Amino acid sequence: MAINWFKYSAPSTFYGLAGKLIPFFAWPAAILFAIGLYIGFFVAPTDAVQSEAYRIIFIHVPASILSMFIYLIMAGYAALGLIFNTRLSSMMAQALAPTGALFAFISLWTGALWGKPMWGAWWVWDARLTSELILLFLYLGFIALQASIEDPRRADKAAALLAIVGSVNVPIIYFSVKWWNTLHQGATIKMSGTSMHVAMQQAMFMVLVACWLYAIAVALARVRSIILERERNTQWVSELPEVKYEDGGAK
Amino acid sequence: MNKLSLAGLLGLVVRRDLLLAMRRRADVLTTLIFFVMVVSLFPLGVGPEQDMLRKMASGVVWVAALLASMLSLPRMFSADYADGTLEQMMLAPQSLTVLVLGKIVAHWMLSGLPLVLIAPVLGLQFDMSTQALGMLVLALLLGTPILSMIGVIGAALTLGLRGGGVLVSLLVLPLCIPVLIFGAGAVEAVNSGMSAVSNLALLGAFMIFALVFTPFVAAQALRISME
Repeated sequence: MAINWFKYSAPSTFYGLAGKLIPFFAWPAAILFAIGLYIGFFVAPTDAVQSEAYRIIFIHVPASILSMFIYLIMAGYAALGLIFNTRLSSMMAQALAPTGALFAFISLWTGALWGKPMWGAWWVWDARLTSELILLFLYLGFIALQASIEDPRRADKAAALLAIVGSVNVPIIYFSVKWWNTLHQGATIKMSGTSMHVAMQQAMFMVLVACWLYAIAVALARVRSIILERERNTQWVSELPEVKYEDGGAK
Repeated sequence: MNKLSLAGLLGLVVRRDLLLAMRRRADVLTTLIFFVMVVSLFPLGVGPEQDMLRKMASGVVWVAALLASMLSLPRMFSADYADGTLEQMMLAPQSLTVLVLGKIVAHWMLSGLPLVLIAPVLGLQFDMSTQALGMLVLALLLGTPILSMIGVIGAALTLGLRGGGVLVSLLVLPLCIPVLIFGAGAVEAVNSGMSAVSNLALLGAFMIFALVFTPFVAAQALRISME
């Protein structure tokens, strides 16, 4: 049997698939958040040096990781859209940008909350903090450029180019720890093993997976809205049950 | 019609842009005056203590140079876009990448080079030492072309948009931050008696990297904007 691999690259078919997939990502995300944060806040032992204040890392670290990963994925989708001229890829890039910006913001916010008791300052001009701030600016630039171009196809392509250029920045974030010798902690989780307690690892891992699932669920929900907005004049949108119902209800 | 060589095309574009700029000197001067003004505002804002001024001089000059180069970016393509010249240039059977490179060179000569030349005077206002002044000029000489090269991408992407001037700063400034860090760092290194070679080497590497990729990327951006 021949499988049509490209069936779901059309917005009209993906719209339905995305709607069906959302619960499969949203519910596990909620459950894992609850368990992960419970372990992180109540089960994991108190840190010898940083006492209770360290617990914010269970939100801070996953948010930071996600903010960087989402940028790469967004740039990847944008590049796909630019190269193969597929509409759905550009829509996915557009849908991912606000989530990435949100994670970057959460990362900076929780970092500031952690920094006050640890370093005695809300903000220090450390390389990683600064890079994360630049990442937030890059997200905002992407969103602003996309929003200010009225023709959606031109907006997609222009924003895609910007995302690709900006992704040069993500490796700089990663290597900044090595480049500049600063206040920020070095990596605790290394490939050769870790100095963390098992419960801490579990909590961190669960919240990280929960963040992933949340990001996917939210991106799918947002891409559905974008599809509806852009394809509102097409036949298949007007035949959707929810659209018909809305029309009927209004009249 | 005989086909121009690439160098010939490059020279033609640069000469044309310089000529046009000389017909409207006010534009070039505005950028330069803006630069001088921003730098001069800092002592008024933070106080006239010589020690503090000497410490922050390189950073202030670099930030002002960054802002001044943003100021002139929207003008890079807008006039050509408005009167249709840009469209003709893109239709011409010549390399668009080289054309963009010509625009970059002209932009740097009109907005970057004047800043480099006047920076020592501004550095004297901040009581910088001779060595630090020399390093400032050298770092600016390496760094300002990168600002033009990154900026041209932003200028091409925001071509013909409402509020393009603010938007271009929003897009380009974050990308310019490494240049700022290493440019100001070079002067900082001289002040603290260390070698500035690593900073200059990184700036040089950035410049070569940008020189290879940005004209091509900006040409693609122009194609997207002109579709």
